[in-house]
Order: sequence, then structure tokens, then C-alpha cells
Amino acid sequence: MSERDIIAEFVDVHRHYKMGENIVRALNGVSMQVRKGDYLTIMGRSGSGKSTMLNLLGCLDRPTTGEYRVGGRDVSKLDDDALSNVRGHEIGFIFQSFNLIPQLTVLENLEVPLFYQGRVGAESRKKAEYLADRVGLGQRLEHKPLELSGGQQQRVAIARALMNDPLFLLADEATGNLDSSTESEILDLFDDLRPDGVTIVMVTHNPAVAERADRTLWLKDGEVEKLIENKRSPAAAGGRAEEHA
Amino acid sequence: MIRDTWRIVRLGLKSLLLHKLRSALTTAGILFGVASVIAMLAVGEGAKQDALERFQAMGVTNLIARSKKPAETASSSSASTWSALAYGLLYSDADLIEASIPSADVARVREVKRPMMRGENFHTSIIVGTEPSFLGITNMEVREGRWLSDVDDRRLANVCVLGATLARLLFPLENPMDQTVLVSGDDRYRVVGILTEQGRTAGAGSTPYDECMFVPLHTHQRRFGDVNTTRSGGSFSRERVELAEVKVKMPTSEDVSDGAQVMRDLLQKSIKEKGDVIVTVPLELLKQEEESKRMFNIVLAVIASISLLVGGIGIMNVMLATVTERTREIGIRRALGAKKKHIVQQFLVESGVLSALGGVVGVTLGVALPFLITLWFQQKTIILPQHVMLAFGISAAVGVVFGLYPAWRAANMDPVDALRHE
Repeated sequence: MSERDIIAEFVDVHRHYKMGENIVRALNGVSMQVRKGDYLTIMGRSGSGKSTMLNLLGCLDRPTTGEYRVGGRDVSKLDDDALSNVRGHEIGFIFQSFNLIPQLTVLENLEVPLFYQGRVGAESRKKAEYLADRVGLGQRLEHKPLELSGGQQQRVAIARALMNDPLFLLADEATGNLDSSTESEILDLFDDLRPDGVTIVMVTHNPAVAERADRTLWLKDGEVEKLIENKRSPAAAGGRAEEHA
Repeated sequence: MIRDTWRIVRLGLKSLLLHKLRSALTTAGILFGVASVIAMLAVGEGAKQDALERFQAMGVTNLIARSKKPAETASSSSASTWSALAYGLLYSDADLIEASIPSADVARVREVKRPMMRGENFHTSIIVGTEPSFLGITNMEVREGRWLSDVDDRRLANVCVLGATLARLLFPLENPMDQTVLVSGDDRYRVVGILTEQGRTAGAGSTPYDECMFVPLHTHQRRFGDVNTTRSGGSFSRERVELAEVKVKMPTSEDVSDGAQVMRDLLQKSIKEKGDVIVTVPLELLKQEEESKRMFNIVLAVIASISLLVGGIGIMNVMLATVTERTREIGIRRALGAKKKHIVQQFLVESGVLSALGGVVGVTLGVALPFLITLWFQQKTIILPQHVMLAFGISAAVGVVFGLYPAWRAANMDPVDALRHE
């Protein structure tokens, strides 16, 4: 793997919050890399810094110190508009509670990311139709989210995350609200997407979910505890995510 | 660009339709504001036009001096003396006015109330003695026949011109032209002309010209004299009045204030000391009326603005509630790449649509209301297109202005907190 394959990279990232007189060190010198085609899960106990890391990875927050590079560009000091641009172009979000906009149809939900790039039109519709087909919901474009099951809503959310051809998908407990069979369907869908070169970073607390990934990064007290290569993963050969001391 | 804007508006409408009743109630605030602005302006404009027509009927270039019986005093009490109470305008006053304002047309007017008969038809009304210039000064028109002439006046001819109503009362079934009317039982007047219906009182006092008979000034003076005796119960009163009115028509409206000054100076003694003459200047009255209408309009505008303000506060209230309810949606949109400006735009469009909907319905209601006001209250109303556009523009502006703060609040939410919002 060459340097060019690194699509997201933390370099000694700290994130501290001020809570009254105290400073909470949510992340304390984390370094890690995500490479193209990687499937990485982030695990840790409550308070280990998972959510903080997710917010930083998703450019929803900025590190206190350290660098965060997305596609080779340091985004840790960008202003609000520029961060919005990075989110809109480089990252595909998948949330635990699906987070589809209830008053919009499936098609309109799918078009939201492209709308903010001024790219809504015949092309976006075609792409939405293709991706809806890809996640098995090609016939439900005019339905409202509440007319779909949880698993179907999450499929729509995955399709929406792929609309802007992101560098990586960032999933937050993507199967946390689903029963075990639907969970398995969604994880299968992730596996199906991988041959297309889709990179996935998923925060989870479920070891069974984590095992489906190539690697699992364990956080503890805001630091990287360990990086494990999962044997079950078919793509477990070669280090795609590396921990830096 | 247009497609994107339309999409924002369409999706804004969709969001508003999620809470139909709430949106409708919010819209109602603006609706009544806009409707009241249009209706009030229409009433104001109608009243203004009404006043203008009224004063134009009096003649905006006219000056009118009218005799007025002064307040009765012990020495002038008619019951205690045989002598006549003399007051009002004199022939000499009129001559002086005519000489002092040579550019003006002057008409001397005498009035006396007498019974008139034609066959079995009987009516008591005012007989106006005046000069040929009267017709032009009062802007009245002859429907049939002719107006009084100088020759009639010089010959002291017993000819008359009838007001439209009087002509109908005395001659219900025949053409009055060249017929005679018997006045006070002994004097016959030949009808030479009939006036068109005025439908209004064209004089400064309350002389209803439609019901009057017009005769030459000097005929009037000769037949009825200057002393008028009225009996009432056991007593009678005698009054000596030479002229009831002097009407002056100035060449242009610019000359009116100078003419009025000259007239008031000449009649100063009568106006101020004796109090038996009043000078009316329709143009001044018109200006006063316009001034008071202006105040009236300001009051209306303030009331309408308050109702729009209340509507605006309603919009702000609802938009703030909407922003709170849709905090998570704002977080989702921000995560999917929306910039702050996109969020501002989205909520501004929603508040703008809310208020514009109120504006559209309000305009419809506002255009209908004046018709009902005219129908029920006989109040003249005029709807001007610029008033409708103004009201609609204000409603849209209210939506944007009162939507700004909620939109700003939405845009400045922390995306992380917004996404965590339940």
C-alpha cells in the first residue's frame, strides 16, 4: 500500500473539552490511518472516546491539537463552510437511527447530499435509482421513510451515503437499532459493497459486528489500546489500518 | 438556480403541510393583516375621492361668502320691535368684491322661500335670484331650454329655470318648458329651462339646488324685496337681507388664496364684528380634509402595521418551534454537507412561504372586503393596485424579517448536538 492509498489519517490527535474548571481529555494523542478499501471498526467501552473520534472523523468537530487529513488534506483547521464541503464531498454518513428526513420521499432523501452541491437533476435521479436498486429498494423511491421497515430505512441511508461517491462511509452503530436477522442483512450489504472499492469505518460496541470487519481499533481512555486483525474477515491479509505510536 | 429555488419552496411547503392546522393559524395572522391593510387603504382612498368630488362640486377655484343670521340679542329680538333685523351681505359688498378682484367671475345670489303651484301640484321651496354667471361658477348644466340671461335681468322678466326635482314635483306628467308656475298665489313665472340633476348640495350652505327655482336677480329683488317677514304662531319676525350669497370664481386654483385674502379683508367687519357673514373657501376645506385624511391614513397604517407585526410575531413563534422540533433534521442536513447559509435559506423560505400564502389569501379577502363595505355601509371604497402590491410586499417582508432569527438560530446549531437531539 502506498501513501496515496491513505484516505484518512489522524496524526497525534487530541480533543479536550472544558467542563467548568476541569478539562476532559476525550482523545489523547491518537494516530491512525484508513486506507482505500479498508473495513475498520472502532470499539471501546463507554467513555473511551468512540463518539469523539466519530465526530472528528466525520468533520463535525475539530481536534484541539494534532492533524486530521482527509484525502491528503489537513482539515483540522478549516472553517465551518469548508468542513461542510468536506462532509458533503468526501464522507458518507450512516447513523444508528437511520436519520432519514421524514417528510421527504426515498428519492428526495437520496438527493439531499447532491442538492447541497448544486447537482440535483436528471443525473442525480438516475444515480438515486441505481443505488436504490443496489440496496434492493428500487421500487420504493416514492415512499416516505415511515412506510419502510427499519432494515429498509437503513438501506436507504446506506444508498444516501453513497450518493456523493465518498472517500469512505462513516457508520455509527449502523445496526444498533435492528434485530439480528436485519443486522446480518445490513452487514451482508456492506460486504457486497466492498468489491466496488467502498471503504467503511464503523463505530460499534457489538463484537459480532466488529468481527465482520478487517480490523478493529480498540480505544481506552482516549487512547488507542490495540488494533486487532479479525481472522474471520476474508480480507484480513495485509495491514490496511495501522496504529502509529 | 430556478430549479433549486423551486425545490426549496416545494420542500418548504411539504414541511409546512406536516402541521396543517398550525401553519393555517399562523397564516391567518398575516392574512388578516394584509386584508385589513388593503381594506383600510381602500376606505381611506374612497373617502378621499368622496371629499374631492364634494369640494370639486363646490368648485375648487370658488370663494363663497354667505349671509348668516347673527345670534339673537335683546335689542334685536324681532318679537319686541317692528323694525326689521338687518344682516348679511349687501349689494355694495358684492360691488366692492367685483371691483377688487377684476379677474374673477362674481355671482350675486338672493334666496327666499315661497310656495309654488302648478295646477294641483304644490311645493314650498327656495327661489334663487341670481345672475347669468351663476351657472358657470357652480358647474351646473342646463338639461333643457336655456339659462337666465342678462336680457331677462334687465327686463325684470318673470322667467325661471327649475331644478330637476322641482320640475318633477310641479310637472309630474307634462313638459314644464314654456309652462308657468304660480308663486305665492299671485306671481306667474314662465319656465325657460330645466337643470340637470345635481344629486348633491352644491352650495356652501345647504341650499338644495335640485329643488330650487332660479329667477333673474333683479326680478327677484323687485318681486320679493329685501325684507322678509315670517309668521310663527302669534308673532312674526322681519329680516332685511340684501344678498344671501356672493359666489366668486377665481381664474386658477393658484389665485384662490389671494382672492380669499382680499374677500376676507373686504368683509372683515361683517365676519369678525357682526358675525353675519361667513366665507367658505372649498380649496382650503379640501386641503384641511386632505390633512385630516392624511392623519386618518396614518392611524390606519399604524393599526394595519400592528396587525402585521402580530402576524409576524406569530410566524417567528411557529418558526422557533419548528426549528426546535427539527433540530435533528438540521443536524442530518449539516452532516450531509449543508452549509449554514443552506439552513438559513431553508427556514427563510419556509417562513416566507407561510407569510406569502397568508398574503395571497389576504389579498383576496382584502379585495373582497371593500365591496362588502360599500354594499353594507354605502361607504365609497377604491382599491389601488399599488396598495395591493404594497400589502403583499409587506407580508412577504414580514415573513422574511421574522423568519431571520429562527433561521439564524437553526444555522448556528452545533451539528454534533443537533444530531444527538431526541
